[in-house]
Amino acid sequence: MSAADVLELSAAQAADAIAAGSLAADELFDAYRSRAAADRAAGEDGLNCFTWVAAETPVAERLDGAPAPLGGVPLAVKDLFCTEGVPSQSASRILEGYEPPYTASVVRRLQDAGASLLAKTNQDEFAMGSSNENSAFGVVRNPWDRERVPGGSSGGSAAAVAAGLAPWALGTDTGGSIRQPAALCGIVGMKPTYGSVSRYGMIAFASSLDQAGPLTRDVRDAALLLSHMVGHDPCDATSLSFPHAIELPSAERLDGVRLGVPEELTGEGIEAGVLDAFRAALAQAEQLGAQISEVRLAHAPHALSAYYVIAPAEASSNLARFDGVRYGLRADDADDLLDMYTRTRHDGFGAEVKRRIMLGTYALSSGYYDAYYGRAQRVRTKIAEDFRSAFEHVDLIVTPTSPTVAFKLGEKTADPLAMYLNDFCTVPMSLAGLPAISIPCGLAAGLPVGLQIAGPAFSENRVLDAAYALEQSLGFDGTAARV
Amino acid sequence: MIDRDEVLHVARLARLALSEEEIEPMARELSAVLDHVARIGELELDHVAPTSHVIGDEMPTHPALRPDEPRPCLPRELALAQAPAVSDDGFLVPSPQA
Repeated sequence: MSAADVLELSAAQAADAIAAGSLAADELFDAYRSRAAADRAAGEDGLNCFTWVAAETPVAERLDGAPAPLGGVPLAVKDLFCTEGVPSQSASRILEGYEPPYTASVVRRLQDAGASLLAKTNQDEFAMGSSNENSAFGVVRNPWDRERVPGGSSGGSAAAVAAGLAPWALGTDTGGSIRQPAALCGIVGMKPTYGSVSRYGMIAFASSLDQAGPLTRDVRDAALLLSHMVGHDPCDATSLSFPHAIELPSAERLDGVRLGVPEELTGEGIEAGVLDAFRAALAQAEQLGAQISEVRLAHAPHALSAYYVIAPAEASSNLARFDGVRYGLRADDADDLLDMYTRTRHDGFGAEVKRRIMLGTYALSSGYYDAYYGRAQRVRTKIAEDFRSAFEHVDLIVTPTSPTVAFKLGEKTADPLAMYLNDFCTVPMSLAGLPAISIPCGLAAGLPVGLQIAGPAFSENRVLDAAYALEQSLGFDGTAARV
Repeated sequence: MIDRDEVLHVARLARLALSEEEIEPMARELSAVLDHVARIGELELDHVAPTSHVIGDEMPTHPALRPDEPRPCLPRELALAQAPAVSDDGFLVPSPQA
């Protein structure tokens, strides 16, 4: 198989070809490794997708030796997953050079299933951002248009998959950090039910929201990768047993599937071109037999407010551990311990991380806890109830993934609130802990538009089946220009 | 509206030094975000329970706690391997009161 042909295979196809003996795992790995290494070497002249790339291709015996379901297919992993002996810095200066002594449970699971670590991907610092402009490693560029953002915070993972620099990638989603970059880069991204994937070894942002998930070229790859990610882990007290196996999707029709369209997330604030592509996808779903109706998510307009209390509050607590004592950066020549803490954190954190730590500390400070964090967690209860009521009438809820297509680098960096509005359609599902996928559903002004499909807790198979049927019928050409 | 003194108070709580030029933008940006999130103050939430584990709260089996028994943990030399400064098998830090 030629190197170009190898790159055309989806990850699932590559795993099948390796199992059938028609493709050598080391040949596949090397095809991607050389592309990823070239992007890393090019820095911001490339897409700047990676913070680390494997120096060499693993020896063939190890890859081919034990037949494993993922067959040695290379995997790119967001920087914030701990990988033993490999830099894991959450794209922050404060973790410069940090090499963890252990590997995150979900990465270990995937390696046990045969995945091979290709690279660590660039991201917004500590996963805080929607444009990948907050990285200590520099901005990531969108392969569809280099002057535009890839989305964030899993921007390096999304851009790498879209540009064919990795067959698939792991990301994390707190308020949309898998789904929004997947949408802006024209690929598939899925956030599973909260608790279904272990968070052990993920450098934490907001613990009640963070979930790992796949970023892939197509829905089948997303199902395959996710099927090896879920499961209870004694190392994560919030992890839950997934009640059944994740199946590879096969649905061709949507006969009898009830899709709900919430007016709160499909009207004001959504770009016209995005709405056009969304409505065209709905029409396609109807042709496949789906029944479309309106649903109410009455508290969804308050989701962003609740999110921007809860996430910074939890972040301010989680990021207290970065104090220059046990790992990472330490400010030199401190007068005393307190001076060392405060200057280390000043030097090590970027502007957005500082902003969120300040917001969160304010919201948790004496006298404000009930008015902010306590109240936001009550709003969250109402949002989860809205979804449960809606799912008494529909099987799935559909919205655009992002209110806009990929925007210009620098366009929103001066206005934090404008940046936060990118998460408008994805945050409600995050607060409710529900599974949601983004699939490309068309172009607006030449840039990809994402369709979000969400379901009740643990309905991943239903979500994947519907996404697959729509993907097959929409026939989106998910290939960005190869660099 | 968050003022300069409040920014400095919160920064002290967060163990975060701010340079002079960071203070005013921080006050402005925090105020803008807090003004926005204050809208949740309009909702009637008196009899609503706050969420803890958004999925697990609904499951009778959660949380499943393991027995509290001693188990091996990270070896000392690995725990210290990435520390900026080490002394006598521990993390070395500046004196609390120099």
